[in-house]
Amino acid sequence: MVKAKILLSGNEAIAQGALQAGCNFYAGYPITPQNEIIAYMAKCMPACRTGREQSKGVFIQAESELAAINMVYGACAAGARSMTSSSSPGISLMQEGISYIAGSQLPAVIVNIMRGGPGLGNIAPAQSDYFQATRGGGHGDYHLIVLAPSCVQEAYDLTKISFELADKYRIPIMILGDGILGQMMEPVHLSKKKNKVNTFKNWALTGCKGRKPNIVKSFFLREGALEEFNLKLQANYEQIRKKEARYEGIFLSDAKVILVAYGTMARIAKGAVIQLRNQGKKIGLIRPITLWPFPQVPFSIKNKKVKFLVVEMSYGQMLEDVKLAVCCRQKVDFLGRSGGGVPSEEEIINKVNKILLQ
Amino acid sequence: MEKTFFRPESLYDVPTHYCPGCGHGTAHRLVAQVVDELGIREKTVGIAPVGCAVVAYDYWNFDCSEAPHGRALAVATAIKRVHPQNIVFTYQGDGDLAAIGTNETIHAANRGENLSVIFINNTVYGMTGGQMAPTTLLGQKTSTSIEGRVKEKHGYPLKISEMLAILPGVAYVERVSLHSPQEVLKAKRAIKQAFENQINNLGFSLVEVLSPCPTYWGQSPKESLDWIRDVMQKEFPLGRIK
Repeated sequence: MVKAKILLSGNEAIAQGALQAGCNFYAGYPITPQNEIIAYMAKCMPACRTGREQSKGVFIQAESELAAINMVYGACAAGARSMTSSSSPGISLMQEGISYIAGSQLPAVIVNIMRGGPGLGNIAPAQSDYFQATRGGGHGDYHLIVLAPSCVQEAYDLTKISFELADKYRIPIMILGDGILGQMMEPVHLSKKKNKVNTFKNWALTGCKGRKPNIVKSFFLREGALEEFNLKLQANYEQIRKKEARYEGIFLSDAKVILVAYGTMARIAKGAVIQLRNQGKKIGLIRPITLWPFPQVPFSIKNKKVKFLVVEMSYGQMLEDVKLAVCCRQKVDFLGRSGGGVPSEEEIINKVNKILLQ
Repeated sequence: MEKTFFRPESLYDVPTHYCPGCGHGTAHRLVAQVVDELGIREKTVGIAPVGCAVVAYDYWNFDCSEAPHGRALAVATAIKRVHPQNIVFTYQGDGDLAAIGTNETIHAANRGENLSVIFINNTVYGMTGGQMAPTTLLGQKTSTSIEGRVKEKHGYPLKISEMLAILPGVAYVERVSLHSPQEVLKAKRAIKQAFENQINNLGFSLVEVLSPCPTYWGQSPKESLDWIRDVMQKEFPLGRIK
């Protein structure tokens, strides 16, 4: 049986995935190149102001990214499945709120459709928020689970999964894409299966009827209490490192040079790998799907002659994680552009040929 | 003999950490009394501020959250929209509501969010050591206006309540004070009104409470109350604004 597919942009697929995951609260502030998400959510989530009408979810266009992320914080605290979306400069503004969400152990989904930076940058695609996404970004010792889709179908699928992960670990999740992924259209198979929504959250703020009051906070004044809490967070992160690392590996068993790329960049790298394989060259690809936790397994290659080439739309950010993963066993080379520049298949092939000659 | 004065159920039986003569203890109790009297303790959600009252949830016996400095009304907006049947209020100081959070304050008010706001105005940043606030009076000395606030350098005291009153989404604004027992009773009536408005779906209600900070005013508790009566309320006149 042929499965029906519909044509969606990456941004629309993320919005559709969120709705099917039971997302019932969205707050956002417009910024290019992710505006289709906020528009899609506005269309599909009629705002419920008074509670008199039947709510299908709450949509709010916030007055700023600061307000948007803190609305998400409040909605999560109230037990809703909540999401916001933005692009690089907007995500920078949200970092304080993300730190509070992490510190209050709340499940939230934050979409970052990256554009060029630093500063106002431009509206062209880039991957230069990798450090910000994977190293916490805001203040304090915390992590997000960072999911990096490389096609529109995956943008839809990973968004659906992200709400489950957020609830399971009570952690904010970031969907990290770029302007190409957000804007391009591809056929998507929408699964009819809706996520099971856990409506009972015993820690949520709903009024203390029949129970002791719930407090949602990240403030620990008593000496030692914050350290104790941080150790609890770290134990959660350790579980996530063990269980949730995801990647795709192509032609790894006999590869002499392994490309490492994520998101849109991985699609271009895959094109280069296929061309090189057609020429009989033994090239493989590792595509991390979770950027945090960074997948360690595919890098545990004992053969010291295997070389790695990291390709990014940024200047050596994921490169650091790859170097940590290979622990100096193998040589790691780098090819990157940013500020709207995208490495082409030809550039990648030329670089690989140079490495093969070394 | 009949007992006529009780600790409200909404207030835990614990000592507070506030300085002698501080207004927060009184304001906390007023909120708790109102919540009890309206019978809404089991559906109330409070947003504690950043500042001296950051651990208000250690004193209030109902669901509470905290918010980053200035963002309480964004957090409250979402909680109320997710659970319209809950009674949601923010409790914020002047630094929180009138400086870093001005944006959230104005927009939540302008959207007509059905919320109650308790705005504690003591004209200084207490928690951080008595720095100048947007509400600091002209001539008032603080650790960052050592010679006193001057309009040429620091601008004028910000009258948030009057500003918000012009917005169509705002249902009710009243300025009250804690400087005498009579004024405390009026403050309680105003706070009750703000909660009743929410119960009746009337929209955004704000009660500005002139509250003493003896420590950073460099005064005794008694002098602080007199200063509100004689000086502060001239700049911030009491009464219903909307």
